[in-house]
Amino acid sequence: MSKLTLKTEGDRHVVVTRRFAASPEAVFHAHIEPKLIQKWLLGPEGWSMPVCVIDPRPGGKFRYEWSNGKGKAFHITGEFVEVTPFNRIVHIERMHLPDPTPDNHVVTTFESDSSGTLMIVRMTLPDAAARAAMLATGMEHGMEASYARLDAMA
Amino acid sequence: MPNLDAAFSAMADPTRRAILARLALGETTVMELAEPFAMTQPAVSRHLKVLESAGLILRRVEGSKRPCRLAPSAISEIDQWLDLLRQALTRNYERLDDVLAGMKPRKRKARR
Repeated sequence: MSKLTLKTEGDRHVVVTRRFAASPEAVFHAHIEPKLIQKWLLGPEGWSMPVCVIDPRPGGKFRYEWSNGKGKAFHITGEFVEVTPFNRIVHIERMHLPDPTPDNHVVTTFESDSSGTLMIVRMTLPDAAARAAMLATGMEHGMEASYARLDAMA
Repeated sequence: MPNLDAAFSAMADPTRRAILARLALGETTVMELAEPFAMTQPAVSRHLKVLESAGLILRRVEGSKRPCRLAPSAISEIDQWLDLLRQALTRNYERLDDVLAGMKPRKRKARR
């Protein structure tokens, strides 16, 4: 059974949940410390995050840059709205491909539960088309990972 | 329902996946599609033909233009897209599990 759930809600929302065998404090830190973020927020195999600049406080900005080492790259920029240790992060982000995608408003909560932490990520897009576009971009990344695995098997 | 084999082989090409991602934003003409992909219009048209015969896109005639959009059946396959996004996120969070395990060496759990 997968620990991850990902569902659409209404026309504009996407909700992701995941449990971790660690305290909310640890999971919270892994979301705001560059050295930790750079170890896991990487997407498909072969990608790295050479730039991770983050100012985790209300009004603070962040910038993540990814590269696949073969000339493909893109980045995300965003601003924090709320940072409440160790339970809640609210931020707004957009991908630059290189044109910016519509703003994604993201509320991330970390609740302690029997196994450690239940994380809930609730994304709100401006409209249904923007959500479809975001899911399509996610599809593109998922496909890349799948085909990379197929390549490795061939 | 689009033919699944045709749909999968149509989506095996990165340019065609990029075209689908662009069409998720709304109806588009061949000319508008060709621009960001640095491709000729005939090349884009060939890709569109593959997507159309796989049932993933619909085209209509409007004067000399043939704007295309995602087929409703392709949109209803959105859960398949969600699966792929799930896979990408699953990879991230498996790495985060490792990061978290490394943050508390005293309670490190045996892995596999």
